[in-house]
Amino acid sequence: MSIGVNVPRKDGQSKVNGQAAYVDDLSFDGMLYGVTLRSQIPHGKIRAIQFDPKFDWSSVVVVDHSDIPGQNIVTLIQRDQPFLAAQLIRHVNEPILLIAATSRKKAMEARTRIEIIVDELPSVTNLEKAATGVRLYGEDNLFKEIHIEKGDLPRGFAEADYIVERTYKTGLQEQMYIEPQGVIAVPGKDRISIYGSLQCPHYVVKALLPLLSFSHPDQVQVIQMVTGGGFGGKEEYPNLLAGHAALLAMKSECPVKMVYDRAEDILATTKRHPSIIRHKTGLKSDGTLTALAIEIDFDGGAYATLSEVVLSRGCIHAAGPYRCENIDIVGRAWATNNPPNGAFRGFGAPQTCFALERQIDLVAKTLGIDPLEVRRRNAMEPGDSTATGQVLTESVATHKCLEQAVKASDYIRKRSEYSKLLPKARIRRGIGLSLFFHGSGFTGDGENRIRGRAGLQVTPDGFIEILTSSTDIGQGTETIFAQMVAEELGIPVDLCRNAGVDTNRVPDSGPTVASRTCMIVGDLVRSAAAQLREDLIKWLAELENCNAEQITLVGGCFLLSGQRVASFQDLAKRACSEGGPASASKTYVQPEGLEWDEKTYQGQAYPVFSWGCDVAEVEIDLDTYEISVTRFTAAQDVGKAIHPVMVMGQIEGGSLQAIGYATMEEVLQKNGWIENHRMTNCLIPTALDAPAFETHIIEEPFSGGPFGAKGVGELPTDGGAPAVAAAIDHATGQRFDEIPVTPEKIELALNP
Amino acid sequence: MKIDCTINGSPTVLDVSPMRRLIDLLREEMKLTGTKEGCGEGECGACTVLIDGEAVNSCLVIASQIQGRQVVTIEGLTPRSGLTPLQESFVRKGGLQCGICTPGMIVAARALLDKNLEPDALEIRTAIAGNLCRCTGYHRIVDSILEAAELERSRLSLVDTAPPDL
Repeated sequence: MSIGVNVPRKDGQSKVNGQAAYVDDLSFDGMLYGVTLRSQIPHGKIRAIQFDPKFDWSSVVVVDHSDIPGQNIVTLIQRDQPFLAAQLIRHVNEPILLIAATSRKKAMEARTRIEIIVDELPSVTNLEKAATGVRLYGEDNLFKEIHIEKGDLPRGFAEADYIVERTYKTGLQEQMYIEPQGVIAVPGKDRISIYGSLQCPHYVVKALLPLLSFSHPDQVQVIQMVTGGGFGGKEEYPNLLAGHAALLAMKSECPVKMVYDRAEDILATTKRHPSIIRHKTGLKSDGTLTALAIEIDFDGGAYATLSEVVLSRGCIHAAGPYRCENIDIVGRAWATNNPPNGAFRGFGAPQTCFALERQIDLVAKTLGIDPLEVRRRNAMEPGDSTATGQVLTESVATHKCLEQAVKASDYIRKRSEYSKLLPKARIRRGIGLSLFFHGSGFTGDGENRIRGRAGLQVTPDGFIEILTSSTDIGQGTETIFAQMVAEELGIPVDLCRNAGVDTNRVPDSGPTVASRTCMIVGDLVRSAAAQLREDLIKWLAELENCNAEQITLVGGCFLLSGQRVASFQDLAKRACSEGGPASASKTYVQPEGLEWDEKTYQGQAYPVFSWGCDVAEVEIDLDTYEISVTRFTAAQDVGKAIHPVMVMGQIEGGSLQAIGYATMEEVLQKNGWIENHRMTNCLIPTALDAPAFETHIIEEPFSGGPFGAKGVGELPTDGGAPAVAAAIDHATGQRFDEIPVTPEKIELALNP
Repeated sequence: MKIDCTINGSPTVLDVSPMRRLIDLLREEMKLTGTKEGCGEGECGACTVLIDGEAVNSCLVIASQIQGRQVVTIEGLTPRSGLTPLQESFVRKGGLQCGICTPGMIVAARALLDKNLEPDALEIRTAIAGNLCRCTGYHRIVDSILEAAELERSRLSLVDTAPPDL
């Protein structure tokens, strides 16, 4: 038995002894170091580039847009972003030139000897002025507009006893993986190899082929190094960075390493979209929600990147896990002259979940009932339908999560006890909760468009190699895939190992995003193992001259009519050397009956949802207005926990990112500039800022997932912020509708 | 400048610029790449090493400051084969995910346990407050160090109570 067992992590030993090789630990003979020269204005035209004649330019390699052999476009969704600005600058810190030298110091010295002369243009760096400011994109500055309608909104408001309205705001958030972005490009004859810290190796292949004017995918080899965190930040950005390193490598004909320092990483890479979300809700006096009108604005920044899909997920999650027959959601992703925003764990849902959960708390306040009670009355159950009209048929765990978290946290008693502390105590306590969901896998028919593949290969020594391009970025992919194969074959986990991610060798399993790795790619791996077992049994039946039905594979041994005939490893070795079945592969097939309309946003948005309830407790010091999140109880449903310790690690780590988002993580942006681009002033929680976690895994299995499993990666980042904000409300008696809730904001609210 | 020091137990003479950062010296000259750089300004703690038993950020130390000192990195804390109980606890209890903070975190934990083998959770959190982790939420790191402390205590008490050699 391997499923549900905390087997040792495959990457555990090499990560605790310092041997795990990250990209900056790798070097090549003759390797150069690359740096980037960036724009210093939010919008303008390049008039001239001046090179200091006193500098020895023969000692460095310089690349500009004219050195690009193919297309100067970063391949993603829209074709709007250049690898290097040619004429037009659209945001601060946009790359213009690349420089490589034998040392990073020398390349940086050269960078100071170049001056970009620009003509500045008027810019838009404020989301609230994105519609009315200068034209930046298309006719209306909209990267994307989405409209989701359900039922009859005017009727819903007509039926309401109360109507409540409120506007919510969320800020920029930096992924702040501890390993900054980095790649090494190694040139070859008509080919290039990229070694990188990245989530989606095949994205890089697709981006580099047109850049370098290569025609065959094998000409771009992408190898994922051990990756020091991603959280979405290493989804699409590595396309750009790998392109830069590749251009320098092709021109210099030398390997080129580009590893950002922390400041450059914060200044230049994508972040979570800031949002403004307006809610108008109709409700009956018994708490029934009759109408939900939601208007969502995201700041996409200067280029489209993934904004339209981030907005899409945000919109689909905007009405949350609540029953309501009349819903109207309008979402817009705007072009501005801020640095582009992109993927960050949760992918639009943390913003819309924050707004909705705060609105549900407002509904409770309006009715004079506890926030828990509103959620109990409105939480979805099987048979209910979501905003897109998706009827929930199985694996719905709203009430289980809610009741488990409430009980484990002692929410009801504490809610009443802390209320009595008001208003005299210096240290005030508060407790708040949130209920939320997250769709597993790509939206709608997205998986069908990707058609992910995974394979298994038997090695000559009788081990099973797992071939996928799903990257382990800390979440434990390598380990859970091995567990799934071991379980399906009834063999020890130690016989299963990951082949590593090299695009020249492994199939394209689709990107490592969207809470899809365990559920979608995991099921491909599992079914490949089932295929291999069946093929081996058939082959053994031929060898033994018997019926396949007489053979079973139990405990690592093949049994013929109950008698042991071969160990798995021996037969696997034989299959490998004698031309027997030594490999298996699977390609995603869309389940029958999946209906999704991309135009109307109607139908089955996700194969299934994961569910969660968070309860946060805070203490606020009324002398300093400091906020401590003291305890955090999470009850989250993942279908089946393949590796419970790693699932709890996902829940706790994601929750702390959400707690930081709510209280201390603030990226200050002014006129398109990020002002706090250092870890000393762009803070994330330390061990002393983090609460004690009480984590409960709920398992409401999904018939379409491997062993019942659903996604867990993003779910925990959705619910933490509103739970913390609710607790701060409770402690202070004030309402906070904008995050982060900083001590300064609390001081202002308490001393108006 | 010639610098005499001890690195991971080996007496070492280095001929380097006195202003060279210790992290670069370790990673580039000594090829001890277990020490990681996350920020270069002493905030993240990924580059934590021991100098005379104290946990310090090697990105804030220059070569001339290690003259005559004992420097220990994650490589120096790892036995020739296998792992220490502290390292094993990190693997078993979920104290690591992406792993980039892990060497520094283990070095910081070692510095704590060498001084205090009975730390409580708050003492552990204080000791690793200079080591940022973005993956775990710290809860399982604290658990890993608590478990390691217990394991090390029980080994010590075994030694203490062992009968005298016959």
